Amino acid sequence: METGSPRAAGETRGEEHGEQRGEPVWTGLPRDLLRMRRLLLVVWLVPLTLGTGLLLGLLVGPAWAAFALLPLALLLWGWRLLGRNWASWRYAERADDLLISRGVLWREETIVPYGRMQLVEVTSGPVARKFGLASVQLHTAAAASDALIPGLEPAEAERLRDRLTELGQARSAGL
Amino acid sequence: MTTPDTETDVPVEDDGRPVVEQRLHPVTPLRRAWAPVAVIIGWGVHDPDQAQHQLTRLTTTTLLLGLAACLVGGALYGFLTWWFTHFAVTDSELRIRTGLLFRRTAHIRLERIQAVDITQPLLARVAGVAKLKLDVVGTDKKDELAYLGEGHARALRAELLARAAGFAPETAHEVGEAPVRQLLHVPPRVLAVSLVLTGATWGTLAAALVVPPFLWFATHSLWTVLATGLPLVGAAGARSVGRFVAEYDWTVGESPDGLRIDHGLLDRAHETVPPGRVQTVRIVEPMLWRRRGWVRVELDVAGSSNSVLVPAAPREIAETVIGQVLPGVTVPASLSRPPRRAGWCLPFWWRGYGIAVTDSVFVTRHGLLRRSLALVPHAKVQSVRLEQGPWARFKGLADVHVDTGANKTVTAGLRDAQEAAELLRGQAERSRTGRRDARPDRWMA
Repeated sequence: METGSPRAAGETRGEEHGEQRGEPVWTGLPRDLLRMRRLLLVVWLVPLTLGTGLLLGLLVGPAWAAFALLPLALLLWGWRLLGRNWASWRYAERADDLLISRGVLWREETIVPYGRMQLVEVTSGPVARKFGLASVQLHTAAAASDALIPGLEPAEAERLRDRLTELGQARSAGL
Repeated sequence: MTTPDTETDVPVEDDGRPVVEQRLHPVTPLRRAWAPVAVIIGWGVHDPDQAQHQLTRLTTTTLLLGLAACLVGGALYGFLTWWFTHFAVTDSELRIRTGLLFRRTAHIRLERIQAVDITQPLLARVAGVAKLKLDVVGTDKKDELAYLGEGHARALRAELLARAAGFAPETAHEVGEAPVRQLLHVPPRVLAVSLVLTGATWGTLAAALVVPPFLWFATHSLWTVLATGLPLVGAAGARSVGRFVAEYDWTVGESPDGLRIDHGLLDRAHETVPPGRVQTVRIVEPMLWRRRGWVRVELDVAGSSNSVLVPAAPREIAETVIGQVLPGVTVPASLSRPPRRAGWCLPFWWRGYGIAVTDSVFVTRHGLLRRSLALVPHAKVQSVRLEQGPWARFKGLADVHVDTGANKTVTAGLRDAQEAAELLRGQAERSRTGRRDARPDRWMA
């Protein structure tokens, strides 16, 4: 799955009615999110590997430097894990609800009807901003709903937010 | 602080008419009169030796002076909180203005009312006053009107419900109390027997009787025994006598304003749940009740803390009450069980699981000894989730969670993966169409 190219809002609406019958049109997360997460992993684990290796090797004995393999293994494993996790995230906007599917081992698929939406939240931390990413979260009256899309290009995040708000208003229903 | 200028402060309605503000019942200041006394008692219990020491040092004069200061302070505090609390009913809101130093104004929108409660603790019954609380998502203890005169509380409830229902504001005063038709009354004998047949009652009672002597033999320390024994006895009392007292004279009635629930032996409570506010209904069937065919019915309303609809009643009667609460809903007789291989995920208990989907409700069951059947109207579904762990995927199973507006989740556990996926899509579709046919928030409009 390649990066989710943000589709124009007009296009999406045209597809809506066709979508309802068959498989929804899935969108993945941007590759930048994976890049950011891997960079964070490297930033934390490479100094740890080097530090462990050098300190133990110089102070205790060369054989002890083998302990540096632990963080290294963690780094390699995490690298793969992040890739798989990133690839598993996807979302689809249907005519009346938002679908979010995620998880590799523990799979989860969430459907939130637009009319149930209480608020849409767009957040972006300092690192995420550097990578041009923002996350979109939908809140319903049920705290368990937990519909989060963790990293989107800001333009796409804003488009999604506006579209969700608009659809939420149009289909709004009480509790 | 300056005295607030109530003349210029008076809020106005959208069309410029001044809002008529009211005060609470003059008995209200007494409500907090016990607070200083409680603080002193708390201090005495917390540190008995020190308290004894200090008491002997005090002369009669200082004791009297201290007491007088406490009384005056308490009375002043009570009076000021009462004086600075106002409320008003406008066309669309209930406004509560309160606070001496920190002002707080709560605007509660009437069409968002989930339930209206009038409660009367024992002392309030003696004084002829009552508390009135509007349950809206997000309101808390501060937003209740305590206390109002008994008649005033009833009149206010009728007016609030009439306005929330969508009657014209001019006529809302005159609509008055809606007539009530009694649906169910739980006789004290049934309630008592149902509590005797509940395992939890005996469990806490046994713990309260067994644990303190055991501790006494083990430690010979009176404090340890008291510290563990008293909470246990308290819990046992709350489970048995407390529940009997709270659920005594349980009456469920039906009126155009919705469901009426009245109960209580010492503290009386009167709850009103307007139509279309019930998010989930659960039928709980403890093992020992099964022979008598009794069930307990619980309900979830968003923003409301009370959850019992029927404490104990024969199943047929309980089902007719449910039919009134969720119009057009019949409790399905048979449910489909998970496939046999679910035993690999949850041995033995998987037999208790089951689901059914009807035109109007999503039904799941769990529990083997204490069966619990949950009914969620399709229109009340907030979101649907499918979850699948690695072991469940290996066995081709998945769980479907349905989240409701009362912040509760109902789970259809261990379904076949294919079936779960269909259930997920189907439920999203049903909740969408279900919402379209749902009744409006203003039920009389």
